[in-house]
Amino acid sequence: MTTTATPARRGNALSDMWVIAQRGFVHMRRQPEALADATLQPIMFTLLFAYVFGGAISVAGGNYREFLMGGIFAQTIVFGCFGVAMSLASDRKNGAIDRFRSMPMARSAVLSGHALAHLARGFIPIILMSVCGLIVGWRIHTSIAEAVAGYALMLAFLFAVIWVGILLGSVMPTPEAVQGVGFATLFPITFVASTFVPVGTLPGVLRTIAEWNPVTAFSEALRKLFGNSGGDFGPDPAWPVTHPVTYTLVWAIAIVVVCAPLAVVAFQRSIRD
Amino acid sequence: MDHAIEVAGVVKRYGDKVALAGIDFDVARGSVCGVLGPNGAGKTTAVRVLTTLTVADEGRASVGGIDVAADPAGVRGIIGLAAQDATVDGLLTGRENLVMVGRLNHLGRARANTRADELLEQFSLTDAAGRMVKTYSGGMRRRLDLAATLVSRPEVLFLDEPTTGLDPRARNELWDVLDTLVAEGATILLTTQYLDEADRLADDIVVIDHGRVIARGDATSLKRQVGGAQLHVTVEDPARREDAARAVAAVTGTEVTYDDDGRTVNAPTADGARAVAALAERLRADGIAVDELALQQPTLDDVFLTLTGTHIEDEEKDA
Repeated sequence: MTTTATPARRGNALSDMWVIAQRGFVHMRRQPEALADATLQPIMFTLLFAYVFGGAISVAGGNYREFLMGGIFAQTIVFGCFGVAMSLASDRKNGAIDRFRSMPMARSAVLSGHALAHLARGFIPIILMSVCGLIVGWRIHTSIAEAVAGYALMLAFLFAVIWVGILLGSVMPTPEAVQGVGFATLFPITFVASTFVPVGTLPGVLRTIAEWNPVTAFSEALRKLFGNSGGDFGPDPAWPVTHPVTYTLVWAIAIVVVCAPLAVVAFQRSIRD
Repeated sequence: MDHAIEVAGVVKRYGDKVALAGIDFDVARGSVCGVLGPNGAGKTTAVRVLTTLTVADEGRASVGGIDVAADPAGVRGIIGLAAQDATVDGLLTGRENLVMVGRLNHLGRARANTRADELLEQFSLTDAAGRMVKTYSGGMRRRLDLAATLVSRPEVLFLDEPTTGLDPRARNELWDVLDTLVAEGATILLTTQYLDEADRLADDIVVIDHGRVIARGDATSLKRQVGGAQLHVTVEDPARREDAARAVAAVTGTEVTYDDDGRTVNAPTADGARAVAALAERLRADGIAVDELALQQPTLDDVFLTLTGTHIEDEEKDA
């Protein structure tokens, strides 16, 4: 038996990643219903809260619609982990991953390609919500630099939650399981926060949870960077809500540091046999 | 002998379950090897080890002279795999699927495009090239899957149950395509649970059961192990069955068995057509009227029955 190691045709990891990302874009285009979480959902939440619930919620500074947008941006970005989890879980289920793995392509390209496609996909809801916000009366009152920082923070957080999505998509056995577990965990996380209501009205423990919830800090950070009315935290607010930008960045970095290696390991395990 | 595939003592366990209990076989370059066995016999696991999708617990395997454990990337560069459930992308068009595979095989954009068009033509998919694959029939999906496997002109092809789930017509079409590939000199390892498929396509057959190789050889030599052809006599009148059995035994000199219908007598014979002539003569002399007198060459199912004591389909139901 000969065991000469032949020089493998090592692919350019970047071009392989791009091919997988392009495949992701085609999938999104041909499956617009799977984009609902990035298109219909943020628009629906904006309209629902601006016109239905908004009248019943009062915020310091008085403008609920301005307050609302930071929360909707934050919630939609956090939900951004879904799409990549679904894509990965269905690739695992329908055998596409096996085909990729039997080809001489870069091993990293499947994950990086999906991550890239979904990072780019994140622009859709960000743009839609900005337009929708402007229509309902939201405005940016700060400098261009601060506004850009706000949008950059969204992309940074999206990058972080995409790793959560890859982890979820690797651990869950089916796309349906991703859907079930994702909704059951993300709804409380994004609602027990200053996303839609000022947390000052919440009862004791829930209020503490909300103050330390990164979604609260993320919403507050965006409100601060865009110069919108912030949440009313009452006297003696917790550190995260007084330093929302820092706290949000710390979370984004922590999520990447913890989840990215875990996600890669979980993905490798999910496809090994 | 130049071997495209060599497998020696390969063991693979999934927890407590032994999928491969130490298998050995080789496949000569330019030949077609049929790995035959019921569901759960270990066929797919063997393919997964050889295509680097899974790592064996023990033993050695090489493809094109490259060790699968030592240089999996090298192996991936020379193989094509058509997995069991046609893993083409339903949301891409036929052409997009092939171009994507070409680009991931690093053909470059221009060559990936040309190669895709060539293959679409070769597999009669040109008309459907611009349609999303989810609109394809089962047979078209399989053909596209096979085309995707060939994009990089691999030295060794692995086809895991290429015709499972296809209707007879689509199956015949796919067989014709495989014939062309064989004529072009590809080395092919195909797994199947269909005996006629292995018989039709493979030069060499490896019979696997419960993770072990229980027989190997070409179809003729496997059939010879069963002991030649079977004589079948169906009498008109069930009352004459015993007379017919005596006549059959006198001609063949072998042990006679009966079918459940109460009218049919079977016995193996090595004399072929001469036995048929002798038996016909004898039955006429004894005045036994027959509905049917037939000589049946053994099938691979008979081989499986002889080797394992169960029919291949029965075992499947148990699995």
